[in-house]
Amino acid sequence: MKTLKIEELSKNFGSTEVLKKINLEIDEGNFLVLLGPSGCGKSTLLNIIAGLETINEGDVFIDDYNVSKVEPKDRNIAMVFQSYALYPSMNVKENMIFGLKQAKTSKEKIQEQLEKVSKFLQVDQLLERKPSQLSGGQRQRVAIGRALVREPRIFLFDEPLSNLDAKLRVEMRREIKKLHQQLKTTVVYVTHDQTEAMSLGTNIAIMNHGVIQQNDTPEKIYNKPSNTFVADFIGSPSMNLIKGVLKENSGDLLFTVSGSNLEIPIKDYDFKDKSNLNNKEVFFGIRPEHIFFKKFNESDFEINLRADLSEYIGHEQIMTFDYANQEVLAKFPSTIKIDLGKETKLYFDLTQASLFNAQTEERI
Amino acid sequence: MQDSLKSSSYKQLEQKSKYTNMFLRWFLYFILILFASYFIFPLYVMVVTSLKTMEEIRQGTLLSWPSGLNLESWAVAWGGRGYGAGDTFLRPYFWNSIKMVLPAVFFSTFIGAMTGYVLTKWRFKGDQWVFLFLLFGCFIPFQAILLPMARTLGVLGISNSVIGLVLVHTVYGIPFTTLFFRNYYISVPTELVKAARIDGAGFFKIFFKILLPISAPIIVVTVIWQFTQIWNDFLFGSTFSFGEAAPIQVALNNMVLSSTSVKEYNVDMASAIIAGIPTLIVYVLAGKYFIRGLTSGAVKG
Repeated sequence: MKTLKIEELSKNFGSTEVLKKINLEIDEGNFLVLLGPSGCGKSTLLNIIAGLETINEGDVFIDDYNVSKVEPKDRNIAMVFQSYALYPSMNVKENMIFGLKQAKTSKEKIQEQLEKVSKFLQVDQLLERKPSQLSGGQRQRVAIGRALVREPRIFLFDEPLSNLDAKLRVEMRREIKKLHQQLKTTVVYVTHDQTEAMSLGTNIAIMNHGVIQQNDTPEKIYNKPSNTFVADFIGSPSMNLIKGVLKENSGDLLFTVSGSNLEIPIKDYDFKDKSNLNNKEVFFGIRPEHIFFKKFNESDFEINLRADLSEYIGHEQIMTFDYANQEVLAKFPSTIKIDLGKETKLYFDLTQASLFNAQTEERI
Repeated sequence: MQDSLKSSSYKQLEQKSKYTNMFLRWFLYFILILFASYFIFPLYVMVVTSLKTMEEIRQGTLLSWPSGLNLESWAVAWGGRGYGAGDTFLRPYFWNSIKMVLPAVFFSTFIGAMTGYVLTKWRFKGDQWVFLFLLFGCFIPFQAILLPMARTLGVLGISNSVIGLVLVHTVYGIPFTTLFFRNYYISVPTELVKAARIDGAGFFKIFFKILLPISAPIIVVTVIWQFTQIWNDFLFGSTFSFGEAAPIQVALNNMVLSSTSVKEYNVDMASAIIAGIPTLIVYVLAGKYFIRGLTSGAVKG
């Protein structure tokens, strides 16, 4: 049984296709993050799961039950919104129990739930206050509390941290993580912030233009991106994608860029399909953090590149190198001194490299 | 040497700017007082005249002070002289107006709030067109709809009645009240409605429990606007009602124009003031919210 299953879901607003044949599954207790740039359809997908948007095609199942035409209140879900959406005219207590009252829960049960959740979230001192008298973090907590008291099957979070300042955001992120560890409720969480996605999710579904690009664990998303969009979207700075050709030379495979004598040997790479690799146009992908200034691993590949630019950002520096007229970025500790305009010895960790088909932009 | 030179020239500049500022300030007060007196002058004349006897009016000037607190003309304006035919006074018409204005303000405000709520929070296909046509209602000159409206009232059997006037004012208030409420509710985050839907609240519950409690500023603006419009209306009142059913503005007109013998300026002035008092009261009581409601629309959760 899947807690949440989405089958062949399509949605359009007028002639704009927002979601195209989405398929998605979540197991009990998992934390799924929908990640993508703005306008990719992630919030629409969440609203559809909540029942706040209608579906054009496909179905949504909660606990194997088709809820596509079920009212939001009957789906056994709770949602936390970006703007908190606390009812301005009600105090904290009234906000938290509004849903239970609508569901005609008994007074004793309401009181019990309220006490339990408000203690748990440390808002029991604030029950009589109006939302306007709360700080951002407190509002966020009350909003989560309002979702918690209903003991839903699935929690839906719609960018819950983007209205907070940077410091509070990190704190609240940890609290949400703790919350999930303690409650083990299934969560669907929408964000455009990759750090949030990586640190919170047990699974991340990366979306672009209404299509799920990759749905995997954070480790797989980071290490084995399934296409150039994912490779480019995750990581800061994002993965270097060097355009070139694969050449087979007496059994060995090499990555070359035309008009340059730079060659990178491709050994032990886990190809999906080993045929027709010779002369294939590819992107060679390597993350800035997998380029070193000295040899760390025996297998690191040594290469000489000209340093063009240095960006100092405190604990580290981002260097831009020239690779056959293509830019390659590397991340070093800021204590390393590298002269600009000179050839520098660098070491690529080839075990972390990715190869993509230059036409389809898919991982090969 | 140079330093001291500098500091003395600064002193001069300082002195100069002080005089300029003083002059500008006095000039500002002069203008303000001038305009304030210009606006208060008619009111002064009205109040003073209403307190004079006809004898005093004939002998004194427009501005001269009344001899005493002579409230007789007010009593006549309100309650008449006590003889039968031809004695027009305001009391019955005042209550007509009250009976007309209260339901008309209530219904137009309530319906406007509802339509504003639907147009912003329950969007449907073609809702912009509905709004556009409603807006159109704000720009139609009322003279243009007098005949069709008279016919409608006739068919409904409520011409020349307070109920008929309530209907007319409610219908022609809706475009304005809808505009007010729509513009207010558009700044209320739609996520509130989504959250309430997940919590299990329906269409009316969301309206009454979530939106209406935060609508005080715009309700005040709408009520003041509608009250003033309906209370001061003469066109609809004089067209769709006569005799007993007329609202106060029509009665005021009849009273002032129908004096056969001598023009009783003191009674006329008192009547005009009586007819204007309710709107004044509404402004004084709610004026603070009026400004606040007009300038602020944002509700922060």
